[in-house]
Amino acid sequence: MTKVLMNGNSTIGEAAIRAGCQCYFGYPITPQNELTEYMATHLSRRKGCSFIQAESEIAAINMVYGASLAGARAMTSSSSPGISLKQEGISYLAACELPAVIVNMSRGGPGLGSISASQSDYFQATRGGGHGDYRTIVLAPSSGQELADLTHQAFDLADKYLIPVIVLGDAMLGQMMEPVEFKHEAPDELPIRSNALRGAKGRPSRIIKTFTSKPAELEEINWSLSRRYQLIKKEETACETFLVEDARLIVVAFGIAARIAKGAIKNARSNGLRVGMLRPITLWPFPSEKVKDSAKRTKHFLVFEMNMGQMIEDVQLALEGKGEAYFYGRPGGVIPTPSEVLRVVSRLYHQKGLKSGK
Amino acid sequence: MRKVYSRPRLLKRVPFHYCPGCGHSIIHRVMTELIDEMNLQDKVIGIPPPGCSVFAYHYFDVDMAESAHGRGAAVATGIKRAFPEAIVFTYQGDGDLAAIGTAETIHAANRGERITAIFINNAVYGMTGGQMAPTTLSDQVTTTTPYGRDANLEGYPIRMSEIVALLRGAVYIERTAVNSPANIRKTKKAIRKAFQAQIDDLGFSLVEILSPCPTNWRMTPLESWQWIDKEMTKEFPLGVIKDITGKTDAD
Repeated sequence: MTKVLMNGNSTIGEAAIRAGCQCYFGYPITPQNELTEYMATHLSRRKGCSFIQAESEIAAINMVYGASLAGARAMTSSSSPGISLKQEGISYLAACELPAVIVNMSRGGPGLGSISASQSDYFQATRGGGHGDYRTIVLAPSSGQELADLTHQAFDLADKYLIPVIVLGDAMLGQMMEPVEFKHEAPDELPIRSNALRGAKGRPSRIIKTFTSKPAELEEINWSLSRRYQLIKKEETACETFLVEDARLIVVAFGIAARIAKGAIKNARSNGLRVGMLRPITLWPFPSEKVKDSAKRTKHFLVFEMNMGQMIEDVQLALEGKGEAYFYGRPGGVIPTPSEVLRVVSRLYHQKGLKSGK
Repeated sequence: MRKVYSRPRLLKRVPFHYCPGCGHSIIHRVMTELIDEMNLQDKVIGIPPPGCSVFAYHYFDVDMAESAHGRGAAVATGIKRAFPEAIVFTYQGDGDLAAIGTAETIHAANRGERITAIFINNAVYGMTGGQMAPTTLSDQVTTTTPYGRDANLEGYPIRMSEIVALLRGAVYIERTAVNSPANIRKTKKAIRKAFQAQIDDLGFSLVEILSPCPTNWRMTPLESWQWIDKEMTKEFPLGVIKDITGKTDAD
């Protein structure tokens, strides 16, 4: 396969089309507009496909809900403030067990914030975000290639577990041009889910809903969702490890921050510091076992995020007190450099006396 | 003996939970009859709203799904775009369609989405216990306008059908009522025309139905039927508001 040079937002669009995405509904917001525009150009004219520039993010996610009801692979995308508006719809998708892919090319917050890259939506993405007791699978790509691969996987996971899947990128990943190889061809036939609403032809009529006047009924729905979440935790947790075998200090970072950290770690290694990295690819389910397991090798973990410290809570929970989690972060859309992270890594390494191997 | 009337085939054999005198049960009956007569059961997908009629899916024997409050037109849009062969209708109250869902309604109509909105206007929020609706009449007492709706403070009853009629994507809009046998027949005819506009792929259609809510109006069913004639139709006159379907009336 040949590689093509594309910006991250367009990469997601192309990957979605190749995954059989039939419907895309979106509302413009920087820094993800290239994705909406890509779908307007390349999806809207495809046979059986539909593109709408919706009147709001709320309308867009509810159109996705509708398309998913009808059995189509559907996607919407936005950036942080717009994702806040979609939370109501995501809760309904989760409740009604409807697959969908929601892309968040996140930017600095809170409020209108900035349009620069940030990771401050970690809590919102991994804790559900909307009302009620639910989870979404959250995939965190860290390169153009992963944007393509994980977008495709997002559609498969959504269908497999009947769950909304969030692809959590950021402004930098969306804007960056990188060589990408698309491993799938767009399907000839659009995949249509079998348990969809398509009219009661040759079968009894079907209702898709959660609302009930009987709390015990809703409790059962919650139990059923919870059992599926346990299964997802068991089956779908993904994490990249980098030079952790002999590491005395392990950096934990996701997405673009992991990319920055990798540069710092390579330099640290050439300075003789035994530093490695754990990169959660699924933020939910969080690779807790991997983190806990690593605590057998070292007690020192540096959590590096482009926010004020969100994923660190999951790292601490995973460590169960068996290791120490330190934090370095830059919020507000500031993008730290590898040399800045290297300084933090080196300082910590020496402060903790890791040089002497204690 | 010839059987001239029976329970509609597509109305499930479940007792209605609606209050005595409520318009929903009449409209459900009319709609299920019509879906059967038009032979649409295989194709229809309905979207009831949060509100008293949230349980419409327990009565209609067709595919249905719940929607978030106000989002019916967007959900219906998504269904129709993904599956254009479907006949998609939303069933929405006045708060749903004309307050929280105003944007979704207007933009779906403006895009000329091939969907049909059944808009139940009872001038009050029913399920939550009788608060002011966007269509509450001036001076009407509700639990949140205990001194009567004051235009200076709460604005005017909104004529949503007339607003939607201004949009070029909307092809058929009629306002009817279900407070007399004659009006019930007109309601059925209006919904038939609205569905036909969708079948003919012409654009957005909407039928606004003035519907009694005796419980929250603090009236007897008979008084509520009379109140529609005496008060509601002054603010919301009955009749075809827009028809650019290019079809002549068959009846």
